[in-house]
Amino acid sequence: MKRLETEILVIGGGAAGLSAAAEAAAAGAKVMILESDLHLGGQLVKQTHKFFGSKDEYAGTRGFKIADILLKEMESCKENIEIHTNTTVTGYYSEDDTFTAMRDEDEFFTIKADRAIVATGAQERLIPFVNNDLPGVYGAGAVQTIMNVYGVVPGKRVLMVGAGNIGLIVSYQLMQAGVEVAAIVEAAPKVGGYWVHAAKVRRMGVPILLRHSIKRALGDEIITGAMITELNERFEPVGEEKKIDCDVICIAVGLTPTTEILSQAGCEMMYVPELCGNVARRDSSMQTSNPKFFTAGDASGIEEASAAMVEGRVAGLSALKSLGYPTEHGRLEEYWGRLQALRSGEAGKRICQGLTCVLTEDWEAVHNG
Amino acid sequence: MDDKEMLFNSGILTEEREGAILPPEELWKNKKGGLVVVECPQRIPCNPCATSCPTGAIRPFSDINDTPSVDHSKCTGCTLCVASCPGLACFVIDLTFSDDLALYKLPYEMLPLPVKGEKVLCLDREGKCIAEGTVENITQPRKDRTYVIHVSAPKNLVREFRAIRVVK
Repeated sequence: MKRLETEILVIGGGAAGLSAAAEAAAAGAKVMILESDLHLGGQLVKQTHKFFGSKDEYAGTRGFKIADILLKEMESCKENIEIHTNTTVTGYYSEDDTFTAMRDEDEFFTIKADRAIVATGAQERLIPFVNNDLPGVYGAGAVQTIMNVYGVVPGKRVLMVGAGNIGLIVSYQLMQAGVEVAAIVEAAPKVGGYWVHAAKVRRMGVPILLRHSIKRALGDEIITGAMITELNERFEPVGEEKKIDCDVICIAVGLTPTTEILSQAGCEMMYVPELCGNVARRDSSMQTSNPKFFTAGDASGIEEASAAMVEGRVAGLSALKSLGYPTEHGRLEEYWGRLQALRSGEAGKRICQGLTCVLTEDWEAVHNG
Repeated sequence: MDDKEMLFNSGILTEEREGAILPPEELWKNKKGGLVVVECPQRIPCNPCATSCPTGAIRPFSDINDTPSVDHSKCTGCTLCVASCPGLACFVIDLTFSDDLALYKLPYEMLPLPVKGEKVLCLDREGKCIAEGTVENITQPRKDRTYVIHVSAPKNLVREFRAIRVVK
């Protein structure tokens, strides 16, 4: 079996992984990126809206353009970067300190790496309702992919379930693609995403029904509609069900971190509701309890892409440092300053609460006592 | 929770709030080029309105989560913030357009684009059609496909008219 070697293995070529790779390769480390998709960029390539944040996180630039900017940055140190797309890491075997990977469906190989940065992103959550297996029920990520990457509209009229940033943004993108959004239902008494994103779809005439949820999809072979219901303060259905005509039901009820590799590496894991799932404990350098493993981006807790990019920088920098590469004094502190700024708004409060649980002092201090 | 709060929680501005204060009327009514109306009442990490403002009318943020604060005496109505705001939360309204019409300069990222002279529907914050307006100009200040559509429409809609629908 083919065996590859690298200094820093970056698992996942999205916002966090590309930032980590760019940071590490620029300082001279040999970096290998493994990406399961056909191309690099992760969720960035589907984002047609302008990003928030500050200039440092490319505020005002559309997401897919940010992917281009990161790829261009990597271009300037490309001799240090090996890229494998269409390649999935299938496991980590700690007894041999070896990663296994699969390209396409028939080529297997193993990888030996001095450090690994796990930037595997997230998986979508789904909610149970009657008929949720009918064609026409999509995750929001799938809608974005077919629409914004492949240029195919998912249908004519959509019911969006969930008013977090993803639900709101994908609703807006659907309208841009000429698809009607019948309504957005949200179980909470308040939109979860940024208020301005909600205002933007509201003024285009889309109702956002707070304290509402989907009960079932209608249709025999394809979706012909959905029954929705109001919820009381305990999230129990109340009142009469209402019918929404639609041929697509798009689910945007949140994400959960993808962390299997970290678990396999024996990293101390912790369930943190504010970070939306099981995540690795880490110190401020994004190093996990397994000193060879770092984590960044949604894999370390669900957050905005702007924060994922900064976390990627932190992980890249820390991996470099732990390999003995000289790093610029004060850079880590600068990145943490940026992260703190990004997290000091209304939505950041939750993230900070979660981080309080999962952040530890640096591991050496913990291990030595 | 009352209806007004629910409405606000779903993305409808129901009254002036920090980050969503109308320009002072005295200054506004005679200001050629118009003044910016910002509707950004939530603390989120975002500052392109302030960093794009060439005159400092949108005051520089001390914290990136600040809501925008505007010194309307410095605003020239240039619309750079209208085109820069990722949340499409900046609008410029010029009350000097004519006796009964104002010129509304609104962000637009939909297709099809209207053309000059075309009649478009004027929508309020809930997407309800409240009037018909005329497209006077179309600009693309940052050349990044966020357009600013200049629409003349009745002056008394300054507190309501925030989006257009193109009917083709």
